Amino acid sequence: MAYVQRKIPFIGTPDTNPETKPFWDGCAAGKLILPRCTDTGKFIWYPRAISPFTLGPVEWVEVSGRGKIYTFSVMARAETPYAIAYVTLEEGPSMMTNIVDCDFATLKVGQDVKLKFVPTEGGPPMPMFAPA
Amino acid sequence: MSLKGAGYIVGAYEHPTRKAPDKSVTLLHAECAKGALEDAGLTKDDVDGYFCAGDAPGLGPLSMVDYMNLKCRHVDSTDVGGSSYQVAVGHALEAIATGRCSIALITLAGRPRSEGMATGTAPRAGNPAQAEMQFEYPYGPATANMYAMCAMRHMHQYGTTSEQLAWIKVAASHHAQYNPHAMLRDVVTVEDVVKSPMVATPLHRLDCCVISDGGGALIVTSPEIAKSLKRPLVKVIGIGESPKHQAGGEIDLTFSAAAWSGPPAWEMAGIKPSDIKYASIYDSFTITVLMQLEDLGFCEKGQGGKFVSDGNLISGVGKLPFNTDGGGLCSNHPANRGGITKIIEAVRQLRGEAHPKLQVPNCDLAIAHGTGGSLGTRHCGSTVILERE
Repeated sequence: MAYVQRKIPFIGTPDTNPETKPFWDGCAAGKLILPRCTDTGKFIWYPRAISPFTLGPVEWVEVSGRGKIYTFSVMARAETPYAIAYVTLEEGPSMMTNIVDCDFATLKVGQDVKLKFVPTEGGPPMPMFAPA
Repeated sequence: MSLKGAGYIVGAYEHPTRKAPDKSVTLLHAECAKGALEDAGLTKDDVDGYFCAGDAPGLGPLSMVDYMNLKCRHVDSTDVGGSSYQVAVGHALEAIATGRCSIALITLAGRPRSEGMATGTAPRAGNPAQAEMQFEYPYGPATANMYAMCAMRHMHQYGTTSEQLAWIKVAASHHAQYNPHAMLRDVVTVEDVVKSPMVATPLHRLDCCVISDGGGALIVTSPEIAKSLKRPLVKVIGIGESPKHQAGGEIDLTFSAAAWSGPPAWEMAGIKPSDIKYASIYDSFTITVLMQLEDLGFCEKGQGGKFVSDGNLISGVGKLPFNTDGGGLCSNHPANRGGITKIIEAVRQLRGEAHPKLQVPNCDLAIAHGTGGSLGTRHCGSTVILERE
């Protein structure tokens, strides 16, 4: 089953959680910018402005966009089937995403993937991944 | 203070409906309450503590206690999805032990089937201010694909197969054939399951639970009151609850919150998994059952596939009879929340009131475990261990 681009819904606006603006600005500029815990140096998913490791400060840092599929599932029942996944980034955290530009039948856990931004309806482009 | 034995389940009622377009959710709650009170030999005026989850219509429990005209000293509407009802039993024990109520009523009801809800396959848009919502909703997380991602990882890590998962549905269907209220009463084979249409890889249609209307209710009370009633004594001897989540991105989908809610429940009960005669295990999907069995210690981690195979969960056939009402996979999943029906069937087994073909002989120890929320993102595990006295 080949990938077909679906309409990506967006909910709220980037102002809904104003403190995550650096992430959304990154998306608009085609960069994946994530919070990193200042105390532990660990990257964080999903974006937030307070560290879930220490409740201390975070800094916003661009990541490489390289990662591996931790797990995935192809929603065969959807009108336009899509592959949801967790991708473990080179920098550490696993993020929820979609795998695009691929033959769904060939996807594998552990596969190398690279970042690609995909447009949404009414919001900024969202970070997704394609086979590397 | 140990809560072991601080409360008894004296009333249990499962609504027979599976489709109720002519009834409101509040009426279904009240009908369940009435059924459980009659089962216990009590009346509504005996109730002084009321428990529901956040999905009950109204502000927490307020509209429901108004509608049923209950005079309560204590209310609680802790909402952790389908596992809320195991949690409610635990919280009822705490309230009874500390004198905040003496007769606790717990109700659940809903009608997603009549309302045409695509429970498993449609992503649900929530409040965008909910912390994770904007970072997940665009990716299309539904219920089925979140559990499916756990199954995919389990298969990768431990070699679990679709055929092994299918055995869970096969066992549930063997039980459902005897339940006149069950939505799916036909016995199915492993081949039927793996050849059913794919919903979200690797889960097939028959790996998924049904979507049903309905509800259930429980009455929990003190040892003194329980012993004054005429029903068989079902004592709560172990409770545990624990949420599990994404841990800031350090995501591990290979285990469920049962790994955390189980140990305190076992310790309180002073028994081990091999002592259990009957197990009610939350079965939103086949993978849910498999992971909970591992995490509750019924088998080694990663060995769940072998454990469930060859009919090992079928009453009278295998070592661990499970979900003898047919469970969520075949009977019902009222309000998309299966926790309460797990407890109700465990109570039936302990009382000797299960279907004669499926009644476990000398059933004196049972477990009822719930998983609420989404196994692939954030969920709660809640464990109740029961003993017939």
